[in-house]
Parts: sequence; structure tokens; C-alpha cells
Amino acid sequence: MAILLLLVLLSYAAGLLLPLCIPARPKIQNLMAHGLAALAGIGGSCLGIAGLLAPDPLTTSVPSTLPLLTFAVRLDALSSFFLLTISLVSLAASIYAVGYVTELYGRVSIALLGSLYNGFLLSMTLVVLADNGFFFLIVWELMSLFSYLLVVTEHEKSDVRYAGLFYLIMTHVGTAFIMLTFLIFFQAGGSFSFEAFRHPEQALPEGMRTLAFLLALIGFGAKAGIVPLHVWLPYAHPAAPSHISALMSGVMIKTAIYALIRVYFDFFGGQFPWWWGFTVLAIGAFSALLGVMYALMEHDLKSLLAYHSVENIGIILLGIGAGMIFQTYGLVEFAALGLIAGLYHTLNHAVFKALLFLGAGSLLYATHTRNMEEYGGLLRRMPWTGACFLIGAVSIAALPPTNGFVSEWLVFQSLFLSFHLPSLFLKLILPLAAAMLALTGVLALACFAKAFGISFLALPRSTHARHAAEVPPTMRAGMALLALACIVLGLAPMVIVPLLDRVVAPFANASIESKVLALDGWALAPVNTDFSSLSTPVLALLLVALSLLALGLVAAFGGMVRVRHYKTWGCGINLTPRMEYTATGFVQPIKRVFSTIYQPTVKLETEFLEESRYFAKRRRFEFHIEPLFQKYLYDPVVAGFTTIADQLRVIQAGSLHLYLAYIFVTLIVLLLVAV
Amino acid sequence: MLQAIILVLAQTVVLLAVSPFIVGLIRKVKARLQLRRGATVFQPYRDLAKLFRKQPVVSTTTSWIFSATPYLLFATTLAAGLLVPVFASKTPLSFAGNIIALVYLLALGTFFLILAGLDAGSAFGGMGSSREAIVASLTEPAMILSIFAIALTAGSTNLSTIVHKTALLEGVAIDPSPHLMALAALFIVAIAETGRVPVDNPATHLELTMIHEAMILEYSGRYLALVEWASGLKLLVFLTLIANVFAPWGIATTGEPAAFGIGLATYLVKVSGLAVLIAVLESMFAKLRLFRVTDLLGVAFILALLGLVFFYVLRG
Repeated sequence: MAILLLLVLLSYAAGLLLPLCIPARPKIQNLMAHGLAALAGIGGSCLGIAGLLAPDPLTTSVPSTLPLLTFAVRLDALSSFFLLTISLVSLAASIYAVGYVTELYGRVSIALLGSLYNGFLLSMTLVVLADNGFFFLIVWELMSLFSYLLVVTEHEKSDVRYAGLFYLIMTHVGTAFIMLTFLIFFQAGGSFSFEAFRHPEQALPEGMRTLAFLLALIGFGAKAGIVPLHVWLPYAHPAAPSHISALMSGVMIKTAIYALIRVYFDFFGGQFPWWWGFTVLAIGAFSALLGVMYALMEHDLKSLLAYHSVENIGIILLGIGAGMIFQTYGLVEFAALGLIAGLYHTLNHAVFKALLFLGAGSLLYATHTRNMEEYGGLLRRMPWTGACFLIGAVSIAALPPTNGFVSEWLVFQSLFLSFHLPSLFLKLILPLAAAMLALTGVLALACFAKAFGISFLALPRSTHARHAAEVPPTMRAGMALLALACIVLGLAPMVIVPLLDRVVAPFANASIESKVLALDGWALAPVNTDFSSLSTPVLALLLVALSLLALGLVAAFGGMVRVRHYKTWGCGINLTPRMEYTATGFVQPIKRVFSTIYQPTVKLETEFLEESRYFAKRRRFEFHIEPLFQKYLYDPVVAGFTTIADQLRVIQAGSLHLYLAYIFVTLIVLLLVAV
Repeated sequence: MLQAIILVLAQTVVLLAVSPFIVGLIRKVKARLQLRRGATVFQPYRDLAKLFRKQPVVSTTTSWIFSATPYLLFATTLAAGLLVPVFASKTPLSFAGNIIALVYLLALGTFFLILAGLDAGSAFGGMGSSREAIVASLTEPAMILSIFAIALTAGSTNLSTIVHKTALLEGVAIDPSPHLMALAALFIVAIAETGRVPVDNPATHLELTMIHEAMILEYSGRYLALVEWASGLKLLVFLTLIANVFAPWGIATTGEPAAFGIGLATYLVKVSGLAVLIAVLESMFAKLRLFRVTDLLGVAFILALLGLVFFYVLRG
């Protein structure tokens, strides 16, 4: 295993250095960079599975010359699970990228792009492996910087630069909070090694523990994109090239989930008051609901997907929050179930979100636009992309028998088991969270009915869409791999859940492996067979059998009468794309019903004919959604900063003498303080 | 094993055979209430037979989604029906999915129907799809909460277990108020989900007020037959759910043939009674404006929530 780990890291490192060192044509560099990344992806997946099955964690460390820093690596079950998630998605993204970056030839240095891509993957892998706080912060920061550089790949566009800057600022604010968290642990344990961070309850007073909880929540939450720290996400993720977006939205934000579990369950050892879990749960519920609501109003396909990441992080946190609440009350088996639900959704979201982003990338590749209103009729022109995107859409909308459904079902179960809790308040809050999750699920359904229906069905709405063609085989292969994963993960929860139990068991102090399966392993029945059971393979078989029954009934009652193909009735005139429902029109009722949240402003200008007020010559319709968080939370902060900066400008006169005086005064003050 | 297979097949046949009857019965009762004679209750069977034989017209604009949806919709609705106990409390397939799986199976059908509505490119289909999306969104939270209130009483979310326990009066609340509130909430949800008055009018001829009918406007021939049959099935599934979860008495709790006979007879009486109730309600109310539906479903949500609060407060 150690050798495999070394090979994976070396492969990424080679991918980082070789394209830059060897001058070659873009095509060769493309193959070199993404080939190495794909190899590392395969290795990482194997290593992840091996790590999940291994009885003991793998640890190695390399000492450094710096004090407090050792390059310590530890591959336990939790790390293995996240390594598997990262590697699986990066494998598909790397295969996809071989075809996708051909479009960037000549515009962007492929050597640099490929090199940064490998660097990003390397740092992400190390984040989940690091076993030393100092080392963790270094690779965390590297991950942020690499991803920033990848976001600004197309830096000639001003909105990309804006997105990059926004991301850079937010991620550094987050890192600052993480540093503070680790400093608190450092103060208690006296060392930066994660081993010293574990179980600080003896050393840390109550107040400091609470502070560490909040700091970690804000710091990692900023990376995960929880509401209200999500505002950067819909800017940054879509701005990057699509295979990078897939990685950022699919797996990079998951490193924050990894870190949260590491801190709360590993470092704190699952010892916390109920309101910690409640806070995580509440943030999860609001992130899920607001994420999907803003996604619905988005007509830029990639921004829509980015908002859905906020939603899904919310769903993951619902599972983890429920787990934390159960942990507080000592209901360890339910706690394990909640954590398993959250982790399962982490893996599933990584797979289907990456698939959808790759699908969006294929649409961008084929039509050169991200605006959904300019798509249409693409299923006939791009059948493979369409089929893969449909599988992704069904999964993210949590419909059976796909993977999204299974994990959302598990989250529902853990919320429903709340009736075992002793507190009446929590007994009522958890079902309410379940109701919010139900609303989220069905809004996601509406959103992806919109995204798929408007993009892929009916008539093409623009010349771009009319001339679209299917994407090259490597891109199709990358998507097909993830589509397959969506189906496999949906049909095989009976294999996945016991594996996840191995991850969770040490943290929850309970293994529910023997209590999750019923009926010889055909059905999933978490903790209590009597309470609930689910068997996606049986449901899938049932759907196939009943579809065949429908075919049989048709044949029996009517025979297969030949279908007549004819144009759609357009009330007497020929159907044009302008008559079709638009994405904006589709979500209009939702916008109206939830207008409290959206605060929409509508502007309608009409220019009439001079002869008569009854005939309009031109109409102009505009509508805006009020970005509440940006307006009331971020803009005041930014304005405050700018004001302070303006005032501080006085001391920055640009005169060398003045600066020397500053240094002198500082020195005097420091000396006085020291005395 | 053999008995299980026979039970599943019997349940499939019962659901398929009874659903057009329920649709016909509602139409007949409504006609009588309007002092018309109305067509016989067996008219929907004739309609289906005729539709199956007619030549379907499919728009040249559409993709495979449009042609595949009726089959999928039929399969998802019937699969949902097989998870619910119909005439016997122990449904063999109940282990395959609890009540959440049932809700999401129906949602799978809705998802594809929304897509099919958009596929032909006509504005009416899109309008229906868009409205279906909002109605579905608003019903879901109330449905989940009312389901949870029921699940609490029986200590299970598996439909077979809920029905079986309630039929044998095991663990049923002494005070029925949480149950009644959940029942009221679920009834409103059922009306909204199956597109009945006052949320949607299945008999409307005016495209601008349609929801469900607008989505399926482009379907004809065998496709329309399957879609119509599936909507009848969906109605029946909800009626079965309400009848057997809240009043499972008479259902076969043992494996004896006589018990099955009694179970089937009481089942038919119960769902017919509910169908008559729906017909009466439909005759009493006018269709609500789309944006007033929010209020109705808000009431359902609050009822379900109150049911939950009552349950905990009464049980201490």
C-alpha cells in the first residue's frame, strides 16, 4: 500500500513538472498531463478501496527542517473514503479533459493548464492524507491557490477575473479561521500533529471548545459553501474550464466535509453539546433550501449547477448534523446512520455533480454558450451527452433507483428516527428539517426538469444549438464512466453501506454493519428492519418488468399500430422556437410563490405605435432577483473596508523618509513594551 | 415464495382492473349530482380499449423521451401501487420500499411527464409542465410530514407494518386527533397530487386553466391510453393509501383464502366510498386559481405539523 501511495503521489508530481519541463506540441502535453492524472486516479481509487478494507491505518512521515512541521501522512478509513471519492472523479475528469482542452489549443498554454491541474489534484489528495496541522494548512493553501489559478484560466475575460478575486478573498478568510482553530488545538496539545489534537477535552476549557467549533464551522464552511458563506461559489465554479468545475464542485468542497468530520468526530471524539449538532443541522437545512431556490432562477447552466452544490452540501450536513445530535444523546447507532447518510451523499454528489458539470462542458463545447435559453433540441443532436446528463439529472433529483435517491433516503431515515430523542424541541425540529429536505428534493426535481427539458428537448432555440454536434469519444467516455457510477452506487447500497460503516464505526463507537441488511442482503434496513426498508435492485427490476407489462398490454389490446409522425399543432401557424416555453417562463410560478425569498423586481417597457395605443411596437422585459446575502451581508462589509482603507491612505504618502520614521517609531514602541 | 408471487400478480390485476372503475364512478356520481344521467361507470374501460386501437400521432419535434414516458409513467405508478397493501396487509413487495420510496417513485413518473410536456415544443405543454412543477413542490412537505405523523403511531415507515399493526389495533393512539389531522392533510395532498378539483380540473376543455391535461395534450392513441390509465392508477394508489392506513379494518391479516375474499370486498367498498366523497367535493367547490393553491397546501402542511405536535404532547 505504501508503494502504491508513493506511485500515486509521484504520478501527480510528474504530471505537475513534466509538461512544464519538456517542450512539446500541445497535443503531446495534453496527453502527458491528463494521462498521468488518469493513472494516478486509477491508483488512488485502488488505494482508497484497499484503505477501506485494511484493518489498520497506514502511516508514514518525513521530518522537515522547520520546527513543528513534519510531512506526516495517515491513511485511515475516513481518508481512504475521501481519497476514493477524489480519485474516482479525477479519473473521469482526466479522461474527459483529453478531448475538452483541444478547444483551448492556441488560446491557453496547455502545458501550464495540465501542470496546474495535476498540482491541484496532488494538493487535494494530500489534504485528506495529512496528519499534521501545519502540513495540512500548507496543502490546503496550495489547493486553494492551484484552484484559483485554474479558475482564472481564461483571464482575458473580466468576469472571470472578478470571480477569481472573489474566490481568492473568500478562501483566504476561510483559511484564517482554520488557522485559528488549529492554534487552539495547538495550545492545548503542544504539537501540530493530529495525534496531539485528538481528545482535547481534558486540556481545553468549555469556552475554547465552543470557539474551536465555531471557527472550524466558519473556516471549512466557507470552502464547503454553506449559506451564507456560499456567495463565491456560483461565481468561481462556472468560470473555470468545465473539467475543473467538475472537480471543484464535485470534490474540492468535499475536503471541507472531510475536515469537519475530522475535527468534530475525531479531534473532539464525538463529545459535544446538542446545540452543535443542531447548528450544523440548521445550517444544512437552510443551505439545502436556499441553494436549490437560487439554482432554480439561474439560467446559466454552470451557475445553476454551482448553486446545486450549495444545496447538496446542505443535504450532507443534514445527515452529519443529525448524527451529531444522536451522538450527544448517546444513541450511537443512529449517530452512525446519520454519518453514513452524510458520507454516502458526499460520494454520490461528487459523482453526479461531476457528471453534470462534464455534461455542461460538452454543451459549452458544442454550442459555445452557457445560456440555457439558447439551447434546445440537443438530445437529437447529442444523444450520448443527453443520455448521460439525464442520468445525472435523475440522480441529483433523488429519484429511484439512482444513487442520489439512496443517500437522500438514508438522510430521511436518520431524521425520522428522531422520535427516540429525549428532547421535545429536537423531536419536532428534525421532522421539520425532513419537510425542508422534501421541499428541497422536489424543487431540485423541478430545477432539473427545467435544465434538461429546456436544454435538450423541443426545437433548438438558436443557430448554435441547431449546428451542435456530438462531442469527441474521450469526453463521452469520461461522462459515461460517471453515469455508470451513478447507477452502480444506486443499485448496490447493500455493498456500500457496510463499507461506510467501517469509516464511521471508530467515530460513533458503534458498528451497525450487522443491522443494515435484511432479507439475505437484498434490502437495506438501517438499524431497525421494522422501521424501514429499501431495495433499489428490486425496485429497478420491478420498473423494468412493469414497463414490459405496459408494452405487453399495448400489444394485447391494440396491436402495435404504426405511429404517424406529424408536426406539433401550433394553432394554425408553423411552430417556431419562439413559441416554446423558456426557462424563465418555466420557473415563473415558483418565483411568484416564493417571492418573499427572491424579492424579484420586474421592469416592463412598452413602446407603442404612434397611430394607436393599442398596438405595441416593442416590448422590453427585465427581471432581477435580489441577491439578499450580497446586499445585506457582504456589501456593508466591503463598503466598511473600503472606507477604512481610504482613511488609512493618509499614512501611505510614498515618502521613504516617512516609512523610515514609521520603522523607527515601531522599534521604540516595541522596546518600551519589552522593557 | 409461490404464494408471494401469486399475491403480487393478484394485486397487479386488482389495481389495473379497479382504477378505470374509480374514474368512471367519480364521473357518474358527478353527473348525477348535476342531474345528468351520465355515461356508465364502465365507460373508461371502453375509452381505454378504443385508445389502444387508434393510430397515435407523434410530433416530429419530439425525442425518445416523449415515446418512452408513457411506459415509464405506467411502470412507476404501478410499482408504487405494489408497495401499498391493497386487500392483504402483508404485501410481498413491501420490503422493496417504504413510504418514502413510494413518494419518490411517483415523483419519478412526474419528472418524466414534465419532460414529455416540454418535448413537443408547444406552449401548452410547457405551461402544464411548469404548473405541475409548482404544485408538486408545494405538496411534498405536507406529504412527508403527514406520513411521518402516521409512521410515528405505528413506529414504522413500512406500509405493510403500519397497516398490519393498525388493523390489529397494536399501538394505535388512544386519542385519535393526531391521526385525524394527518388524514386531513394527506387527503388534501392526494387531491393536489392526482389533479382533482379544486387544484386542477380533469374534465377541463380550456387549455389556459389546465395543469395535468396540458402536459399530456400532445399524446394520442396507445400513449394516451397508458397515460390515462396511469393517472387512474395514481388516484387509486392514493385512495388505497388513505383507506388502508387510516381504516384498515377488513383487510386480510392472515393467509387464508376467505380472508382474502373479505379483504377484497371491503377494499372495494372503501375506495368506492372515497371516490364518491371526491365526487361530492368536486361538485361543491370550484377550481382555485393557481396561486391560491398555495393557501390550500399551506393548510395541509400546518395540519400535518399540528398532528405531529399533538402526538408528542398527548404522549408526553
